Amino acid sequence: MSAAEQLAPASRELLLNIENVSLSFGGVKAIRDVSFDVRKGEIRAIIGPNGAGKTSMLNVINGFYHPQEGTITYRGESRRDMRPHIAATQGIARTFQNVALFRGMTTLDNIMTGRTLKMKTGLFWHLFRWGPAETEELEHREQVERIIDFLEIQAIRKTPVGRLPYGLQKRVELGRALAMEPELLLLDEPMAGMNLEEKEDMSRFILDVSSQFGTTIALIEHDMGVVMDLSDRVVVLDYGQKIADGTPDEVKSNQDVIDAYLGVAH
Amino acid sequence: MLYREAGQFKTTYRADQAVFPIRQDFIGIIAILAVLFVVVPLTFNDFWLKSIMIPTLIFALAAIGLNLLTGYAGQLSLGTGGFMGVGAYACYKLATIFPDVNILIHIFLSGFFAAGVGFIFGLPSLRIKGFYLAVATLASQFFLEWAFGRIAWLYNYNDSGAIEVPTRTLFGVPITSATAAPVTQYLIVLAIVVLLTWVASNLVRGRFGRAWMAVRDMDIAAELIGIRLLPTKLMAFAISSYYAGVAGALMVFMWLGAAEVESFDINVSFQLLFMVIIGGLGSLLGCFLGAAFIWNLPIFLRAVPEMFGTHVNAATVEHIQFMIVGGLIVFFLIVEPNGLARMWAVAKEKLRRWPFPY
Repeated sequence: MSAAEQLAPASRELLLNIENVSLSFGGVKAIRDVSFDVRKGEIRAIIGPNGAGKTSMLNVINGFYHPQEGTITYRGESRRDMRPHIAATQGIARTFQNVALFRGMTTLDNIMTGRTLKMKTGLFWHLFRWGPAETEELEHREQVERIIDFLEIQAIRKTPVGRLPYGLQKRVELGRALAMEPELLLLDEPMAGMNLEEKEDMSRFILDVSSQFGTTIALIEHDMGVVMDLSDRVVVLDYGQKIADGTPDEVKSNQDVIDAYLGVAH
Repeated sequence: MLYREAGQFKTTYRADQAVFPIRQDFIGIIAILAVLFVVVPLTFNDFWLKSIMIPTLIFALAAIGLNLLTGYAGQLSLGTGGFMGVGAYACYKLATIFPDVNILIHIFLSGFFAAGVGFIFGLPSLRIKGFYLAVATLASQFFLEWAFGRIAWLYNYNDSGAIEVPTRTLFGVPITSATAAPVTQYLIVLAIVVLLTWVASNLVRGRFGRAWMAVRDMDIAAELIGIRLLPTKLMAFAISSYYAGVAGALMVFMWLGAAEVESFDINVSFQLLFMVIIGGLGSLLGCFLGAAFIWNLPIFLRAVPEMFGTHVNAATVEHIQFMIVGGLIVFFLIVEPNGLARMWAVAKEKLRRWPFPY
């Protein structure tokens, strides 16, 4: 947390700014006029009860959904909606709530696939796996091995991910996102369905990613203990609207948040 | 126990990423190639070469093409027969327009025509997936069949409507049409198939292969990683059709000697799909196992009654043959839905641990 202590999170450089974004599917309003920002190097949590629009928000950020209103400013560039390919080339990586790994491929191949955008050699060299193609493969293999070491998954390098237990799959998915060397990492419930030990491991990895690589992280999580301990700032959504935004302590004592989570008599 | 790889340590990533990282596998493939290149030509008679070895290799090559598309990139196709036809007709046109150019060059070039056609018929794959894509590729099959039958220019306005392979030579030795020795043709086919199989294995291990498999397994995640779906799928269609095209050209020039529309009809497409499914989706070894199985099983079944000295009439044999082949396909799919290649991998794994259960 060294980087976080040097500067108060709210005064750091702006990386992503969401302004008045609204998203609806037919008559269903998933997100209503939500604004918040993500600053460089922080861990930003998005929380809220089920159906609050958290995952939709991530989908808007990486261009999978296109909001009807609002602007998204990423690295100083404003646009109405992101496109998945632009998001990927500009350094936004993400993991999914339900693991979205390439099940038939090995751990190694999954993480190597994360480096697709960094690989440039043409088809001709790849036909014969010769010259630049081989050099490039080996260079990237080395990078990928570093990620494998970092996440402590050396033993499952050559195992098809479909055969791995859930906790490890989540870890491989984080590895695949890290292989993109992202500037902004979106984690959709990285700890869902994990036991205490796996949660501790995952929390450690998230903190290490933040401090070692300086990656900005936006995460959705339901485990409040984890959220409050990990994140620098928290934004709370309920029924598609923002109801609170601030440090974990501020959010914890906010009456609207308590009402949203515990329910309130109308 | 077959063999164990204990004690073989890799000290470089290059060694770890080799085609055959295990030494015994490497020795094994050298031995198999030695048998195919030396022993088979010396010992097999013309019948064995013409009706077993050459077609098995050619169908294996076409199956590799289909497997790259269906097994690796996940795009179901029923148009392989048509793409083989494009290769065959292109090679025929090239060979008659430029008679002085070596026929082997024409064979490799004709694949590009098939690749172009495959590219065009791959365009719908951006919008449609799975069975619906299969139906769209079916359209390509019917369109191409129509073109082969109706566009007289393609078969040089022959009265028969068929293409007849002219005699061409390599270093003064005839390699096409009836004057060529089956041994020569077999060796050429084998060399081309080995070369293209090696290229396919390079492709699937590299970034293009990974992009295909990513699209197959989870296209949404692939897109968010930065893989562009349309170029990736179109490349799979083009390369797959290239393989089918070369296989089609080999089929006419190195094996049949003549061909007409029916040589590339929908049955060929189905047969290739069966080969890929029985052999194993997403496995190059599976293409060879599947092609050998589907092509040779009927030949074997036909030979069985003669071995016992009984003579059953041809029609009966044919009916029994259909039933047995069908039954065996169902049997294999129930026992191992992932095909013969997986069966082999599982057997190897079990033998490696033998006599211990795990």
